[in-house]
Amino acid sequence: MSGVFSPTRAKIKERTLRTDKWWLEPAITFGVLFSFVIYATFRAFEGANYFVEPLISPFYSPCLSEACVEGSKLFGWAPVSAQVLGFALSPALIILIFPLGFRMTCYYYRKAYYRSFWFSPPACAVAEPHTKYTGETRAPLILQNAHRWFFYAGLVFNVFLTYDAVLAFRNEHGDWGHMSVGTLVLVVSSSLLWFYSLSCHTCRHTVGGRLKHFSKHPFRYKLWTTVSVLNTKHQQFAWFSLAAVAFADIYVRQVATGAWTNFYFF
Amino acid sequence: MTRKLNLRIWRGDSTDGGLKDVVVDVNEGEVVLDVIHRVQATQMGDLAVRWNCKAGKCGSCSMEINGKPRLACMTQVASFDEGETITVTPLRAFPIIKDLVTDVSFNYKKAMEVPAYSHPAELGPGEARMEQVDVERSQEFRKCIECFLCQNTCHVIRDHEENKKSFAGPRFFIRIAELDMHPLDRIKNRKRTAQEEHGLGMCNITKCCTEVCPEHIKITDNAIIPMKERVVDIKYDPARMFSGQLRREKRD
Amino acid sequence: MSQNLQKLKYDVVIVGAGGAGLRAAVEAREAGLRVAIICKSLFGKAHTVMAEGGAAASMGNANSNDNWMVHFRDTMRGGKFLNHYRMAELHAKESPDRIWELEMWGALFDRTKEGKISQRNFGGHEYPRLAHVGDRTGLELIRTMQQKIVALQQQDGRDHGDMEANLKVYAEFTVTDILKENGKVAGVYGYWRENGDEILFEAPAVVIATGGVGKAFKITSNSWEGTGDGHALALKAGANLKDMEFLQFHPTGMVWPPSVRGILVTESVRGEGGVLTNNKGERFMFNYIPDVFKDKYATTEEEADRWYTDQDNNRRPPELLPRDEVARAINSEVKAGRGTEHGGVFLDVSKRLSAEVIKKRLPSMWHQFYELAGVDITKEPMEVGPTCHYVMGGVDVEPDTAAAIGVPGLFAAGEVAGGMHGSNRLGGNSLSDLLVFGRRAGAAAADYAKANGANPVSDATVTQAAQRIQAPFENAGGENAYSLHAELQEVTHNLVGIIRTGAEIKEAIAKIADIRARSKNVSVAGDRKFNPGFHLAFDLDNMLLVAESTAKSADLREESRGGHTRDDFPGMSSTWRQVNHISSFDGTKVTVTARPLPPMPKELFDLFDVHELEKYMTPEEIAKGGSN
Ligand SMILES: Cc1cc2nc3c(=O)[nH]c(=O)nc-3n(C[C@H](O)[C@H](O)[C@H](O)COP(=O)(O)OP(=O)(O)OC[C@H]3O[C@@H](n4cnc5c(N)ncnc54)[C@H](O)[C@@H]3O)c2cc1C
Ligand code: SF4
Ligand code: SF4
Ligand code: FES
Ligand code: FES
Repeated sequence: MSGVFSPTRAKIKERTLRTDKWWLEPAITFGVLFSFVIYATFRAFEGANYFVEPLISPFYSPCLSEACVEGSKLFGWAPVSAQVLGFALSPALIILIFPLGFRMTCYYYRKAYYRSFWFSPPACAVAEPHTKYTGETRAPLILQNAHRWFFYAGLVFNVFLTYDAVLAFRNEHGDWGHMSVGTLVLVVSSSLLWFYSLSCHTCRHTVGGRLKHFSKHPFRYKLWTTVSVLNTKHQQFAWFSLAAVAFADIYVRQVATGAWTNFYFF
Repeated sequence: MTRKLNLRIWRGDSTDGGLKDVVVDVNEGEVVLDVIHRVQATQMGDLAVRWNCKAGKCGSCSMEINGKPRLACMTQVASFDEGETITVTPLRAFPIIKDLVTDVSFNYKKAMEVPAYSHPAELGPGEARMEQVDVERSQEFRKCIECFLCQNTCHVIRDHEENKKSFAGPRFFIRIAELDMHPLDRIKNRKRTAQEEHGLGMCNITKCCTEVCPEHIKITDNAIIPMKERVVDIKYDPARMFSGQLRREKRD
Repeated sequence: MSQNLQKLKYDVVIVGAGGAGLRAAVEAREAGLRVAIICKSLFGKAHTVMAEGGAAASMGNANSNDNWMVHFRDTMRGGKFLNHYRMAELHAKESPDRIWELEMWGALFDRTKEGKISQRNFGGHEYPRLAHVGDRTGLELIRTMQQKIVALQQQDGRDHGDMEANLKVYAEFTVTDILKENGKVAGVYGYWRENGDEILFEAPAVVIATGGVGKAFKITSNSWEGTGDGHALALKAGANLKDMEFLQFHPTGMVWPPSVRGILVTESVRGEGGVLTNNKGERFMFNYIPDVFKDKYATTEEEADRWYTDQDNNRRPPELLPRDEVARAINSEVKAGRGTEHGGVFLDVSKRLSAEVIKKRLPSMWHQFYELAGVDITKEPMEVGPTCHYVMGGVDVEPDTAAAIGVPGLFAAGEVAGGMHGSNRLGGNSLSDLLVFGRRAGAAAADYAKANGANPVSDATVTQAAQRIQAPFENAGGENAYSLHAELQEVTHNLVGIIRTGAEIKEAIAKIADIRARSKNVSVAGDRKFNPGFHLAFDLDNMLLVAESTAKSADLREESRGGHTRDDFPGMSSTWRQVNHISSFDGTKVTVTARPLPPMPKELFDLFDVHELEKYMTPEEIAKGGSN
């Protein structure tokens, strides 16, 4: 017997004596994340209905495969062939690793899934079920330290997705100066992605957190202070940006399949 | 306004023990520690409990109240529903001594393992100059009252006795962060030792330490994660890997 | 005496791990000796941790006019010239170095714009003088020294392979006796709180740094540790206590809800601009400026308000009068029916400072009121009233060495020592006192131990000490320690509290004697294992001795001064200023005698304006112009 049931500890047989609904939060987190994963997997493999002038789903942008439908390619560029090692890869799968890696290694999501998927721990002062625990000290979890790499990649993606949102200020014939519900959807989702990235702990560290003397770097101190304020809302940005991206994808899909019409304001 | 409160107190020692029910008077505005003292003075003269300041300043009265690690002197009885039974148990991550008192020597041992502050030799008394903005981050961590609630809650040791030897715990991660962010500290290898000797990598940033800290120190966001990032700087940073800067920090 | 009694040998034993004890330990260890630190609570929980406002030291960072002479004058004035001049002098001269030293050990005080240690205003201090960290200065102090101890232990670890070889902390251990052989200190005796096991510490030099006595009173800011153990241990060992009638009632303790009654509201609240009002909304402190302070304090609200921004051209607000004055003023307001519903007065910072500034400068006060009283001090006033806070009286010591007079090998520093603060302590002077005299005690104890060597303890002495510990378990069906304690607190609170009269004091003396007689057969439930009832039995004995000494000293002093206010002798008397009250103990009762105060030497005397001295001293003293 280990943990709270170790021989030296006070003899209490309950795993926890908490009387509040401690299981609620991990349960909700699990539900939401799990649904997202199912939906995202389905969409990533679907390989269709991700583009309809002038909107592209964030799951598929930048679209880098020869398989990308007409108009969806980034500057018409297609560096990846449609078949990779003999498999027909959906364009989403090629790029998926970046946003996925970014979120998987995000300090906030780590907390969320360690708690809700892995029960390590399920909630504070609730005994976890595992007998061994080594944290993030060895493979594979030591790879969490790669968060910084994904953060940089995420910034590049934000640029692409912002570019997509700009492109959405056109109509279906490519004329500029129009705006539709789809434009709004992409603007909101790309902005939230920026907030998500800027509030990231790595960002906070990079802009100033690593300094020993703020007083010698007043500008970076200012940046750090601003990012620190955003950082306290990182959890919220994580969820809102996730929801916004998912919704943007749903929206594009619905418009692409013709289920919804993209309403133009002007 | 006095009413009756149903209290369940864990009583026992390392050999055995269990929850005992008592009914005790409680007055308006009282905290759980007041009620425990009343039980002690009127019903159980030998009930063991630690306390000192009764104002959330010394961190002595740490225990678990309805399963949550808290300071008994800062937990209002009124924060529970009237008629609700309040259960008080000792900290569950440390060896039990008696009743609500546990052996927290683990923490003092860990404190001795963190290399102390080292002042620049050339600065004599009164010569140090530090800007307020440069000391503020470390000052947050120095608010710690050493209640050890964070240590008690951290699943790394609460749920895994065997990790105690290799894990300093959140209280000492903020100590390390405090020193690493101290504008004058001379010791340069705190990042590396944090990771390699004090078990920073064991923390999976699930934030229970922050949740229970009575001083509201943002242990995870302001100390652990920044330290993990600093470790990345010297061990895993892509840009620095290419520019060869990683090796430079290894030496000092 | 049990066969397997643990015996430990040290060069210096320090009883108490508050600021004074730790500073002494550092000094003695750095002198190359083996040192043990003993404390009743866990390491780092001593009373010092609760100190809020700051540590007074004339570093002159906030106002460059400040220097040791100004600090010395303030201290003497605050103590109404009953202080031992030499202690006040040493304290004023050495405090800055002691604060800077902490910085070199890793303390992070709040900073000025130039990056120096920031200093704040406090009652009775002419210039902003208190080094501070928000309102948790004591925590910073104790943690820094705790970490300094660890640093020394790490050094020992590198040198000898054992971190605790030469410096070890014995936490949760109660000292019950100071042992003597051949008229000299030989060690201490006591028990582990955890299991009741006894230990004999043999050491030629013992420093007591056990703090205060507040727990002998009903409403107090002190924790359970403040039971006057060191005072009693010293008395029993043959040392004397000095001026035990002087107790500081801090003017602002919480008054509501009842469970937090007495908990301190730091003076920084007033230092930062907090204003005291009665239930009519009047700033009553203007009516209570005593003559001796007339020219130093503002007489109008306008001037008082201006002072916060321009201190050179305005006089300070009367809220910042020394603590005894403010406490008496609040007491009078409440007695006159102008108090709050719960028997206090209002203290308000919300009008002067923004919510943000309050939370930044007074974070733990905000927290304390919000969590314990449901009051948001950024929006509403606090309710406050006097609380027993500090004992000025204490062990009679040699100023330069902190050696207890009459007991070779015994030293005392910190709150347990007497003389430094006279009849009233200025806020912030305690933390610096701990450092200055803690260091001196450590150094002198080390010198003494080096010069004298071990003084072995005889079996007979040990047997006696052991019997005392066993006694309460052998009294079946005796008195309950908790109820006796409560009774004592009633007596002290009602009869030798903030305002005293001769008749009441005499009544108190009789009642204390009665409780003491009954306490001889206190019996304890349960066994020795972490048993608070058992622990209280010893603390009670100490508190009774202290209370007796306080009551008897108070009975003699027929004047009002500082922390001793007699309704029947309301004025201050220059003749009474010339004597200290010395308590001694013969094994059954405390005797108090008067002893003349040593006169100030000329160079210190000359630091004062003669007109000011006239308010305190007799014409003959003035004519002499100080000793030489
Ligand atoms: C709430 C509060 C706020 C204060 N704020 C300020 C302030 O702002 N500025 C200021 O200058 N002063 C302040 N003071 C006063 C100051 O904090 C104390 O006077 C000072 O800390 C006393 O320190 P000390 O080292 O003498 O003893 P303490 O810190 O009281 O330590 C006593 C030590 O002795 C040990 N001990 C006692 N008896 C025994 C025994 N029998 N056996 C073994 N060990 C024993 C205890 O365990 C403890 O470790 C404040 C006091 C309080 C209560
Ligand atoms: S965040 Fe890390 S240190 Fe804090 S409780 Fe969780 S695992 Fe422990
Ligand atoms: S960090 Fe917070 S929870 Fe941990 S010991 Fe310090 S005060 Fe307690
Ligand atoms: S994205 Fe969440 S911490 Fe970096
Ligand atoms: S008694 Fe000090 S924190 Fe509770």
